[in-house]
This record gives sequence, structure tokens and C-alpha cells, in this order.
Amino acid sequence: MPMTPLPYRVTDKRWETADTATLTMAPVDRVVEAPKPGQFLMLWAFGVGEVPISISGRPSGDLLEHTIRAAGPATTTLTDAPVGDVVGVRGPFGTEWEVERAHGGDLLIVAGGIGLAPLRLAIHSALEHRDRFRSVALLVGARSPDDLVFRSELDAWLDRTDVQVEITVDYAPGGGDHRWTGDVGLVTELVRQADVSPASTVALVCGPEVMMRYTAQALLDRGVPARSIRLSAERNMRCAIGHCGHCQLGGRFICLDGPVFDHPDLAPLLAVRER
Amino acid sequence: MKSIADLLADHEFFAGLEPAHVEFLSGCGQNVRFPAGATVFSEADPAEHFYVLREGKVALEVHVPDAGAIVIATLGAGEVLGASWLFPPFRWQFDALAVTDTAAVALDAACLRQKCDADPRLGYALVQRFAALLVERLQATRLRLVDLYGGGEP
Amino acid sequence: MNEPSAPAPTLDDAAVIDLDGLAGVINALVDDGFEVIGPTVRDNAVVLDRIEGVADLPAGWGDEQDGAHYRLRRRADEAVFGFTTPATSWKPFLHPSREVLFRARRDGGGFEVDDTPEPAPRYAFLGVRSCDLAGIGVQDRVLRSGNVPDPGYAARRDGVFIVVAQCGEAGGTCFCASMATGPTSEAGFDLAITELVDGGGHRFVVQTGSERGAGILGRVPIRPADETDRGATRRAWERAEGEQTRRLPAAEVADLLGRNLEHPRWDDVASRCLACTNCTMVCPTCFCGTVEDTTDITGTVAERSRTWDSCFTLDFTHLVGGPVRASVRARYRQWLTHKLSTWFDQFGESGCVGCGRCIAWCPVAIDLTEEVAAIQRSDGAVRS
Repeated sequence: MPMTPLPYRVTDKRWETADTATLTMAPVDRVVEAPKPGQFLMLWAFGVGEVPISISGRPSGDLLEHTIRAAGPATTTLTDAPVGDVVGVRGPFGTEWEVERAHGGDLLIVAGGIGLAPLRLAIHSALEHRDRFRSVALLVGARSPDDLVFRSELDAWLDRTDVQVEITVDYAPGGGDHRWTGDVGLVTELVRQADVSPASTVALVCGPEVMMRYTAQALLDRGVPARSIRLSAERNMRCAIGHCGHCQLGGRFICLDGPVFDHPDLAPLLAVRER
Repeated sequence: MKSIADLLADHEFFAGLEPAHVEFLSGCGQNVRFPAGATVFSEADPAEHFYVLREGKVALEVHVPDAGAIVIATLGAGEVLGASWLFPPFRWQFDALAVTDTAAVALDAACLRQKCDADPRLGYALVQRFAALLVERLQATRLRLVDLYGGGEP
Repeated sequence: MNEPSAPAPTLDDAAVIDLDGLAGVINALVDDGFEVIGPTVRDNAVVLDRIEGVADLPAGWGDEQDGAHYRLRRRADEAVFGFTTPATSWKPFLHPSREVLFRARRDGGGFEVDDTPEPAPRYAFLGVRSCDLAGIGVQDRVLRSGNVPDPGYAARRDGVFIVVAQCGEAGGTCFCASMATGPTSEAGFDLAITELVDGGGHRFVVQTGSERGAGILGRVPIRPADETDRGATRRAWERAEGEQTRRLPAAEVADLLGRNLEHPRWDDVASRCLACTNCTMVCPTCFCGTVEDTTDITGTVAERSRTWDSCFTLDFTHLVGGPVRASVRARYRQWLTHKLSTWFDQFGESGCVGCGRCIAWCPVAIDLTEEVAAIQRSDGAVRS
């Protein structure tokens, strides 16, 4: 039945920041269809509620990784769940990043805050098939160094010579011996530093909606074609199958037509002021 | 060995400026280097130079007694450092420290202001570039005030 | 599904039954195991409920409907379908306001889910107005024909026996003619009856829309319709169409609203709208819902239900930072532009069937036909 979750057991939990954890989970019995980068699943905290969370990793086999920020009763229950607890999983739903659109050209990934989580599987896929792209650049922004997610992975990617990684934060403690030697500034300001040829670049952008709007504008200003800019939208979701109506944005259902959209399809909808 | 004029002509900030103007301005400039950790300028010091960053990274900081120094912006190669030299009281508002070994052309502020007065067309071209930069930085800074990411410590 | 077994039935093949014949139809349906739902009077309104026989029908009752106004009125005759639209639609039967999706029980380290649905009732709908039949069709295309069909809706919807009551009078709030959803239906029913109370007697002209319908009709005494019956039927239909006072420019409204999202009229209607959600509840096509998760007091048994929801509620669009549509203006605009405009982008048709219930049941008499007309008169105006 489309609204029935499958039981998955939490096999690992890593705290990324003070309020965000990545859960690794394995099927107890039946397995969901393998999620693609950009898609999301509905995670159910027994008796509490269900939330849409993007797939953030597929370590191996049928294991799923989801990075969840504790912001309400359901997400808090999920991030509080100890290893061994069972949660409900339904899905996958929605559209994909379609990383392959960048094959033969440049791939530019811009992540703001927890927006790095829905992009993580796309990054893994690109690095696994690095030779299919010319340049690969990753721009990451967060509020402060303590709010960066996947720190150890970011460090590993920084060490690679085949991908450009630029990280910036809105503010950072400084002082004589700097703990933070990355940039300080808005993530949109990193766009000019990306070592890509805009006309043959596909850009994947994910983060707070305001950040995506301004990042998209910075990309367009640099000459990236609008159809080559993909964004991931977010709205309240209750069913994920186009029946509850909550996630509607203009004539689109975020759960069916998104969450990943080409810029020209999403931008006019985001521009409508809901005042 | 490149001349000051060559270094300025290569730099993004001066793109499109007439070669004669670049030559004229270079008379105010000299090469400077700051090793990692060195102070470029300190808050309340007289703002006597305009820095054209060629290599490295500089952090703009505000010193807060109970929180230490907070980095409010970083600037790197291809960017310029310093706005307080343009208008009285000609005093730096923030601290600037080199994060990594940094090479720059330091243009003497008084010299620059005098040359702009002497040649208003040059003055206008310089201030136009400056204004565009400031608008961009102001917009980005304003967006950071929105605290888009949420969460964490308020 | 109610697929007609032949091309759209015309009046040429119509039959005529009397009130006893109608009673016979109801009995035949009951004998065949259908739960017959039809109009009846309760709480000073004509509502839809389970009926046992013709005695339950609202004989002699008509209605007055207008903005924020619904009254029953006594008719001069004993017509049993003498009202216009019932106060409620068929939606509560096909898409109930609450439906349990599953129950789950904690078990060892995990949980066991029981999502076996309740057996769906076998409904026969007696007296479906054309607008409401169109409304059922609109919901079919949202809940049944999409990517993922709603299994509960499909189970309740499949096999519903539909007896349309073609309209002979227009209600005060009706505008089905301009929406091309009425006042008569040509397909999608098992039987369609047009009630006549005149010199020829109290009778029903019956069109057969399916083999199933023919089978039921075959169990009651009939006579073929003659030219008098057919003439009276056509005149009744023409009256139902001609009496309508409201209209909506169905072909233009989608684009009209799409290009007037900043029209000052939205502020005007927002100053009147209470966001009470009545319109979404009485509307036959509004489908929005939400999900409720509860547990028993021990926390070992969880239940998940789907319930109706309304885009007029403040937390309908809740995100971490707050609702996306916080103002009543934003919410009213969403409802109307979805119903009349973006529904086309999603489902290729209008979401409105012209039943007029939202007008009658709005406590402050907001009339969407009037709102659209106001926007059309100053097409392109922008709020200051």
C-alpha cells in the first residue's frame, strides 16, 4: 500500500553538528527501490510522524544514509533513535539530480548548509566516475565552521587534486592562530572562483531557498545556461504521492515534479510572493 | 621583473582602465609582502594604503572581548582590501591579518586621492569600480544577516 | 467504472417510470446488495445519506440558495428531486474525512504493520446532479488515474452504481452551464432520470447508460417515452440552463488568474475571507488531506490515518521557519488559482464544476464568479 512504511534498522549514527545526525539504516525485511541522487524518502518515527528526507548516501548494498536536522517532533525522535532502533521508510520519491547531464563538460556543485546532504550522493557518483567530466568543482557554504556537515569527507575531498573544493562560512572565530583557514563570506561569492567554463557547465545547487535564488543568479551572471542549473525545492509534504496537496508550488507537486527542477521551471514559481 | 604598472594592469580590479591611467596610478604603488599571521592593518590605525591583493588570503576581523577575534570576511588574490582610505576620518574600521603568505601592491592613499583630484576622469573611473565592489559586498553581507541556514547558536 | 455500453444515450430510447417504478429501482439495488445513498431532509437541509426507500426522499421540498444563504422551501408539488444541489456532495462517501491507513505494533526490535483496508461498501448513488457527477470525475483523475492510485478511493469508487437526476431547475448559485458540466449528463452513469410533474402525471424519464443500468431498469414496469415526455424533458433541461444567473468564463479564467497574481482584488477578498475552510469542505473536488500519527497510551500500537485538510489553514504550508502562506490573501489566492487555473497544468481540466456550494456555504458570501469578474474588469491591475 503506498502509505505503508517498511521497517529499517538504524545500524550507525554520526552527529555532524549539534543538531544534525546521519543515520545509516538497513532493511529488516523488504527493501525499497534503490534511491537515486536527489530523490527523497519518507522516514517514519513510530507513532510520531513522517518527514521527507533526501537520500544522503548509499554506502553499500541495501544500506541507506539520511542526514536529518532535529527541528520538530518527528525529526527529533529520529535523531534521538539509538543504534538498533527501527524506523519506517517509504519511497523513493521525486526527481533526480541527473549528474550525467554534465558528462563531457564541467560539473559545478554549490551546497548551502544542510543542502550538502541531498548533494552528497551526486558528489560520490561524480567522483566514482571522475573521468566522465572535465572539471569538477564543489562550493560549500555554512553558517560557521561548527555547522559544516560531513567534515571529514570535506577534508578528504580538499586533499584530492582532481576536484576543486572551496568552503566558506558566514562567520568564524579568528585570532592570532586561526582555527579556520577557509574563506569567510557568502557562498554565492565563491561562484566567481569556480574553475569551470560556464557555457559547458551543469550546476547542481541545494540549500536554503534564498541561497539558491542568489546562487542561481550568480551562475547566470557568469554565463551558465539557465537550463543547465538544477535546484532542489522544499515544501511541506504529507503523502509524497501527489494526493495531499501540501507540496504544491504553482502547478507543480514538489513530490512528483520535483524536488529537483531546472532553473527556468522553478524560478518563476519561487518568484511569486506569498504575502 | 614586472613593473607596478604591469601588476596593476594584470589585476581584475583595474580591468578596462586606460593604460595611461594605470601608469599614472602606479606612481603611488609599491610591492609589499605579508607572511602568514602578519598584521596588515589594525582597527583605528590611520588608513594610509589601498591594497591590491595578488597572492594569498587576508582575513578582516573584529575583536570582541569575550569572543576573541571574529573573522567577518576573507579576501584573496584578484580582490582589493581597504575602503576607509577614501573618506575622512581615514581610519581603519577592522583588523586585517594575512591568513597565508600574501603579496600585494600597496597604493599610497594620499597619493591616490591627490591623483583623483588632479584627473577627475581617472577619479570617476576608480570610484565607479569601487562603488560596484562595495555594492556587491554590501548585498552579500546583507544576505548573511538573514541567517539563511538557521539552527546552531543564535 | 460506469462505462456506457453504447454511444451517449439520447432521449430516443428513453423509458418512463412512475414513483412506484422508482421504488422498484431502489428495491432492486438493495436486493443486489447495494447500500443506496440518496437525498433526504435532515437538520433543515437536503443532505445525502443512506436511504431505504422513496419515503426517505425529500418529497415536496425545494431550496433557495444564494451567497451565505441556504433555506428549504415547500414546493407546490410532491417532486422528490425538487431541490437543486444537496448541501453535501458525494465526496464524504468516496473520499471520507477520515480513513485509517494502517495500524502498527511494536514487535521485538521492530514493528509489524497491518494495512489491510476495511472492506469497501458497495454504493449506489441515487440522484446525482450533473455537476456532482463531473466532480466525481475530477476526483477520479486526481486520486485514481495519477501516478499512484489511492487504493481506498479506488475500492470505494469501483462499481458505484450511479443514478443521475438530470436538472429541470437551476439553483441560485449554479453555474454548471458555463463550466460545461451540466445541467445534464450524457455519460458516466448507469441510469439518468429526469423528473416531470405536470399534466402527464408524476413520472421519471429514464435514460440507460450501461448494461448494468438496463438490468436494473428491466426489473420495474416501464413504458417507452413518447414525444410529449421528450418535449417536457427537453424544456426542463432548457429551463435549468436558462435560469442560471452566474457564470464563469471557463476558457479564459485559467490564463486570467495566472497573469493577475498581484491584482488588488486578492487583498479585497482577503479582507472578507475568514479562512474558515467551509468552501473546501463542501467542494466536491477539493482533495487535500493530511496524515495523523497516534499511538495508544502504552506507545506500542500506532495508528496512521488520512484526514481532510484545507489549504486555508495556517499550518498547511508549514516549514521549519514558519508557514510559507502566512496571510489570508496568500491562502485565498492559492485556493482559487489552484481550483480555476493551475488545476489545468496538473490534470488538464478545471477543478471547478460549477455546483455553487462554496458560494452558499461561505459565511460572508464570497462568490468566486464575482471575484473572477472583478479581476477580469481590471485585468492587469497590480496592488500598490
